[in-house]
Amino acid sequence: MSKLITTRRKLIAGLGSSVLLAGCDSWSRSPGFQDVLASAEGLTRRAQRTITNREALAREFSAADLSPNFRANGSRTADSDAYRAMLANNFADFRLRVDGLVSRPLSLSLAELRAMPRRTQITRHDCVEGWSAIGQWTGVPLSRLLDLAGLRDSANYIVFHCADTYGSQGRPYYESIDLIDAFHPQTILAYDMNGQQLPERHGAPLRARVERQLGYKHAKYVTRLEAVASLDGIHGGKGGYWEDNGAYAWYAGI
Amino acid sequence: MAGESEQSDGDLEPGPKPGEVVKRHRLSTRLWHWTNALAIVILLMSGLSIFNAHPRLYWGSYGANADTPWLEITGEGTRGFVRIGSTEITTTGVLGRWRDENGDTSTRAFPSWATIPGYYSLAIGRLWHFFFAWVLVLAGLSYWIWSFANRHIQRDLAPRRSELKPSHIWHDIKDHARLRFPTGAAALRYNILQKTSYLLVLFVLLPLIVLTGLTMSPSMDAAWPWLLDIFGGRQSARSIHFICAFLIAAFILVHLVMVVLAGPVNEIRSMITGRFRLPGKREERAAPPRHPEFAEEQAQ
Repeated sequence: MSKLITTRRKLIAGLGSSVLLAGCDSWSRSPGFQDVLASAEGLTRRAQRTITNREALAREFSAADLSPNFRANGSRTADSDAYRAMLANNFADFRLRVDGLVSRPLSLSLAELRAMPRRTQITRHDCVEGWSAIGQWTGVPLSRLLDLAGLRDSANYIVFHCADTYGSQGRPYYESIDLIDAFHPQTILAYDMNGQQLPERHGAPLRARVERQLGYKHAKYVTRLEAVASLDGIHGGKGGYWEDNGAYAWYAGI
Repeated sequence: MAGESEQSDGDLEPGPKPGEVVKRHRLSTRLWHWTNALAIVILLMSGLSIFNAHPRLYWGSYGANADTPWLEITGEGTRGFVRIGSTEITTTGVLGRWRDENGDTSTRAFPSWATIPGYYSLAIGRLWHFFFAWVLVLAGLSYWIWSFANRHIQRDLAPRRSELKPSHIWHDIKDHARLRFPTGAAALRYNILQKTSYLLVLFVLLPLIVLTGLTMSPSMDAAWPWLLDIFGGRQSARSIHFICAFLIAAFILVHLVMVVLAGPVNEIRSMITGRFRLPGKREERAAPPRHPEFAEEQAQ
């Protein structure tokens, strides 16, 4: 008898919870419901932007705080012949293009970038998965490049185009940020990590650092900066590889 | 509350009598309770989804795969286990290695029945989590303000001086251990263990879980760097967030057990409609009287 009751209880509990969970799952898969949940993203972005000073800096650490082993995640290389050739001659032929809504499109070599004013910062890298690593980054402030290129008034976003592709479909990686983050003093294109030339697995020769956002914003293997008015026409239109292919939020401040 | 009851002969204690239906929970409390219940269940389950993306916890500012976690839930070979420090607890079938409803083996930390969504998706788990985090915070703040304003917290939740005496607390612990719950009008007041646990959840665990949640946000860390100082770094905050979630889950479990023991229909009704039937004498509730004359004797 008691066994029967337990079984019945289990059945009811099991049925109840599986109906509930199945409900959650079909909602989770529904694009309309995802949009409802994602409405909190705009609220979060506006709330965080309201209480954060535009220039508020992410905490900077000392050399003693560096992670002994900085995890490489996402693409560990840009798997193309063109990239392999550049890697083989230490990026002597590499050019960073800056174009889109700018008055003076640029094409800069790594040597030219290294000759520009630089910023070095030891910061914490936070992956969306939950882990953190502390590394030292040296590079050109993005604001410097945008000033050189002469950003037009119609520009609202900066898109990082990358040499790597990701996922089984081999879609190109890209990311984008708004001008608040683009002109933030800690937003740099890093060519050195922990005092060494940026390693291949961390995005050589150039990796974006957007210190107030999560790791997927920190595009690796950056080859081109494009200033745009809207993200609509770029790849899937949501402003980044993960935003297009994985329902991740465009605003990665949380 | 007491105004609804009638005095009867021989009743020395004024106020409502056992069996009488009285108004117990205010609308603000009831609204908050159910909004909160929904938000917390979804936050716990979507939080486990997020945890599954990196089922390791660390102390300090950084922590990733090459660093040593203080807690890890993982699978190795055919075994699932939880590792706390250097102690391993085998949890095959539940944590670290389990079968989903289709019978497929998974080596994720928490099983699909405990997560939202039930399939693995960090992105969708985050969507649920951050939507209901707003629900929790906005509803919680409204409840705080409202319940201070209508003096619910000061009157019903703040312990009285006499209740804080060790002898009183010990007495209450003994009553709980024997499952002797207050009857009659006494059941309308929260006892000291109830007050303590509600106050702990309201003013310690909920604020802590919100603040440690914010500390995991790189933008919030730039806005409010003191968050990192009070919690000892982002990875410590993540650990504290998980511990608070665990304690809240434990609170819910005990809370539900107490509701069942105290009379689930009456308790749940009181949280839906606000109306509560005062429990009768313990002996009458424990077992129906076998001898009518004995029962009569007792009633006098």
